[in-house]
Amino acid sequence: MIQSSFTERNLKILFPLPAIIFVAMLMVFPVLYTLFLSFTNWNLTSGAPLSFVGFRSYARVLTEPRFLDALARTFAFTFFAVVIEGVLGVAIAIILNRAFVGKSVAKLLLLLPLVATPVAVGIVFNLFFDPTIGLANFILKSTGLPQGLWISSAASVLPSLIIVDVWQWTPMITLIVLAGLAGMSNEPIEAAHVDGASEWQILRYVTIPMLMPVILTAVILRLIDALKTFDIIFAMTGGGPGYASETLNIMGYKYSFEYFRMGQSSVILVVLFLVVFGCSLGIMKLRASSEI
Amino acid sequence: MNKKLVSNILFYVLVTGIALIVLFPFLWMLSSSFKTQVDIISWPPKLFFEPTLRNYQKVFEEQDFLKYFLNSTIVGVASVGFSLILGLPAAYSIARYAQKKLAVFILLARLMPGISFLVPWYIVFSRLDLMDSYVALILSHMLISLPIVVWIMTTYFNTIPREMEESAMVDGATRQYAFYAIILPLSGPGIITATTLSFIFSWNNFMFSQVLSMEKTKTLPIAVYNFLSYAEVDWGGVMAAAVAIMTPAIILTMVFQKYVVKGLTMGAVKG
Repeated sequence: MIQSSFTERNLKILFPLPAIIFVAMLMVFPVLYTLFLSFTNWNLTSGAPLSFVGFRSYARVLTEPRFLDALARTFAFTFFAVVIEGVLGVAIAIILNRAFVGKSVAKLLLLLPLVATPVAVGIVFNLFFDPTIGLANFILKSTGLPQGLWISSAASVLPSLIIVDVWQWTPMITLIVLAGLAGMSNEPIEAAHVDGASEWQILRYVTIPMLMPVILTAVILRLIDALKTFDIIFAMTGGGPGYASETLNIMGYKYSFEYFRMGQSSVILVVLFLVVFGCSLGIMKLRASSEI
Repeated sequence: MNKKLVSNILFYVLVTGIALIVLFPFLWMLSSSFKTQVDIISWPPKLFFEPTLRNYQKVFEEQDFLKYFLNSTIVGVASVGFSLILGLPAAYSIARYAQKKLAVFILLARLMPGISFLVPWYIVFSRLDLMDSYVALILSHMLISLPIVVWIMTTYFNTIPREMEESAMVDGATRQYAFYAIILPLSGPGIITATTLSFIFSWNNFMFSQVLSMEKTKTLPIAVYNFLSYAEVDWGGVMAAAVAIMTPAIILTMVFQKYVVKGLTMGAVKG
């Protein structure tokens, strides 16, 4: 006997409906509202009524050197952080991919940076990078290298922040690649062994190509998050010194909640949204086409 | 034979090196949290020192960290709870009716930058007089946990054979009943993974609380950050605060290690 009540017939839509409404209200509506605000000159501090200015806020923000620098910096930070994390993450996974005493401890350790509160991580590295009392300069000094200013200088602030991001997120790539390695069939590798291939050749021509889809997905997930990096930058430098570490996310935050120039901040947020959305969309296409 | 020994030694040196780099900031944070200000700013950095509990006293007695602790817990538990209520049926529907577009729609909340929602939230919550309220914080944190729940549970439900509920439905049960009575009780591991991960992400979230909370509902990450800004030189106190905020997440991770790994790597590896 099939009971065919209304709920039962429409379960497909009714079950996810609350979640859909929730996401529509908390994500879709805000994004549209931000888009709307980007065409206004609304400024919360001036008290002037909101008025439509068309693309004037866009014209103003998109030509501002501070914005263009932040845009370029966002890409630079993301690019270098993700490339380094990708290379290190895969390398470490390949090193760890064998049975050894203490493997489970090693895997637990890898998890720790991933669950550590980013703001607190930023603060710990603040002390680490402190030019006078920090350990970073102490290490450089003891090894005879010249000491640096780290996050206190415009020239070195971005690389320093990348170091923190690399420390925190490389394990993510390692864990994903390790999981990929664990699920990989051994046959091609054994066949290559039989054919007399060297370890290096096997790695280069068998293991890595087979792992490529997993590596790609891991790197892509990181890329999307790296574009949005906020906590460590905000906690460590607040975008400074000057604007030297200001990314789109930080700039958008300052325009919104420090200057309260909502019209202009919305332009920044729309651009950031489009950058992340574009990357995500491209990635989903890529995943779909390669059947990962 | 000898070559193998050398390569083994090399391997362990390498692994130890990696472990030290990973652990080093934690150890340093921990040791600094027990140091007096004098020991912290002494040069060269002191490896051996007389430990003090003064920093922790400051954090918990003078800074009211227990309150922020409680706030973070309330927001974390409630947002994860409501996300499970919304997310479990949604994930079930996505899994059983192969609703890929719907999955992408909900997952976008995980991919999109949180700041692009914050300005409207700020405006709307101000109008509704919901600034510095648990409601606003819980709603915002649900946007973090809901996609995680849906993502993990969709994958999990896909691993449960359809025969499980179909055989019950042949016996006259409704699909809805089968979901609650048969599928959910089988979903323990998936739910643990989703709960642990989304709680940790909520616990660590900084940006949403930074904008939406003030004194009453302030969560731990904001308290730690504020500690830094008005006690700029009190490194010991800041480090004790950092230890306090990281400890619960780390304990959760140790207890549910297997689940956390699964959650973090899920989806990237075909599964």
